[in-house]
Amino acid sequence: MDCLAQTLLQVPEIVEQNPCASELILLAHRMSAGFPSPAADYAEDGLDLNDYLIRNKPATFMFTVRGDSMIGASIEDGDKVLVDRALTPKSRDIIVAVVDGEYTIKRLYKYRGRVELRPENPNYPPIILKDGAELQTWGVVVGVVRRYTSRG
Amino acid sequence: MSAAPQFALVDVNNFYVSCERVFQPKLENVPLVVLSNNDGCAVARSSEVKALGVTMGTPWFKMKDLARQHGISAFSSNYVLYGDMSNRVVTILRDFSPDIEVYSVDESFLRIESVAHLYGGIPAMGRQMRERIKQWTGLPVCVGCGPTKTLSKLANHLAKKNAVFNGVCDLHSLSRPERLQWMHKVEVGEVWGVGRRLVNRLQAMDIHTVLDLRNASPKYLRAQFGVVMERTCSELRGISCLELEDIAPPKQQILSSRSFGVPVESVAELSEAVSTYVATAAGKLRRQASVAAVVHVFVQTNRFKDDEPQYHAGRLVPLPEPSDDTLVLTHYALMGLKAIFKPGYRYKKAGIMLTLLSGKSARQGSLFDDPEARVRSTRRMAALDAINRQFGRNTLRSGASGTAQRWGTRSENRSPRYTTRWDELPEVS
Repeated sequence: MDCLAQTLLQVPEIVEQNPCASELILLAHRMSAGFPSPAADYAEDGLDLNDYLIRNKPATFMFTVRGDSMIGASIEDGDKVLVDRALTPKSRDIIVAVVDGEYTIKRLYKYRGRVELRPENPNYPPIILKDGAELQTWGVVVGVVRRYTSRG
Repeated sequence: MSAAPQFALVDVNNFYVSCERVFQPKLENVPLVVLSNNDGCAVARSSEVKALGVTMGTPWFKMKDLARQHGISAFSSNYVLYGDMSNRVVTILRDFSPDIEVYSVDESFLRIESVAHLYGGIPAMGRQMRERIKQWTGLPVCVGCGPTKTLSKLANHLAKKNAVFNGVCDLHSLSRPERLQWMHKVEVGEVWGVGRRLVNRLQAMDIHTVLDLRNASPKYLRAQFGVVMERTCSELRGISCLELEDIAPPKQQILSSRSFGVPVESVAELSEAVSTYVATAAGKLRRQASVAAVVHVFVQTNRFKDDEPQYHAGRLVPLPEPSDDTLVLTHYALMGLKAIFKPGYRYKKAGIMLTLLSGKSARQGSLFDDPEARVRSTRRMAALDAINRQFGRNTLRSGASGTAQRWGTRSENRSPRYTTRWDELPEVS
């Protein structure tokens, strides 16, 4: 076992015995005296999924999807969806709406003054808002994340 | 040339109750209370419950009959959720004006005179703040504006109590007679900083309304009550005496912060400073026999150095359970610090604020409390204070992690932590 690996193995013990050791800093890369690495100027932070998925952090919330009513839109049971409350829903957006006090995720259709919330699964009927009823949008779905359970 | 100051006070209506409703649409228009730690007393009431005459701090067992009769729902405090929602509101407000003082978990003061024109003036800006917070977070807020902090607080009170304002009241945009008329309608006890004891003394001097206090002689007030009351009177007349972060922290929060002698750049040194401030504040907290539910940690660079990159940030960290334990408070303060720290800046100031305080004694005798754990904690704190005296602050910092599991008990009727836990997200089908 090389020296570094041995040191790392001992870290928890050292920390326990000697609190000051928690400030131990390990320099894991080789440094050459005199010439800094030319790659250092091009260092980037790497990819952050938050940056990719979230446009507006204080207005973005997550939900867990239950059921298969949106299976046609590739949104499956157990998926996490990102919901942005700041966006104004347009026709054909997937939204989280409140119907009779319950959350529902459906695709919004607006045409000729009619408002429909359509599932993406032929086994479910669309929800058609009655005349004069106001659509209660909770937010607009802007993304979906899924972890393959068989591997994680 | 600098314009005369204008302040806005933005305050979330029935904050805890409103947080619960955002995630449970069914609860809209349902009478609702949120109970204090270990389900003791009402610490937040929906307007329906207020209308039933339930006062703040009413013990749950005393309102059980009323609850059955009117279908009042009760929730245990969900500080993690409230802390996250509070952070969202503050983030949104920071976009409107960077000059912000987070006064408590649900209240912030902003300086707005230099930015209000971007929104079409002060009342329009107030309306946009209200609308944006409602749309982005689902939380209803009231906005009060005025040329002093005390007047913005009064304006906020008016906005909250009078439907005619539609949630936004700018005292400055009212005519002078109108403004004085409103001051005449509000009791003096509603003025910021005028406590119950002072009300009795003021009433004995025939000062009953806000207007009476405004019209009193500042010199006389100073002789009778001291400089604070004189200042309050000046503020009611539109003379700004209180800057942001300028007021002595009231008992509902304990602030500990300091400017550094030399700029600090490393997270290690900042951690040391923050740990020290927590130790100081936690000592004060224990002396007044309170527990804190939220730690607010903040850092800032020197804003007077134009040539240096500027950064300031703060984070409200809700505790799993209110605590007066230095170890627990330090742990969460450092967690918050880690989240906001950015390398490459020369920090001038750091600090922490303990908020959402409640009396420790109120926790005693409850079903869920573990007296042994409390004794252990008290002993631990005594030992800690001794170690602290002997070895200094570094020792204090080292023990901070790994103590959180002691606080395992939870209240029965807490709602899920909808915004911070993967396994507690709201479900949609």
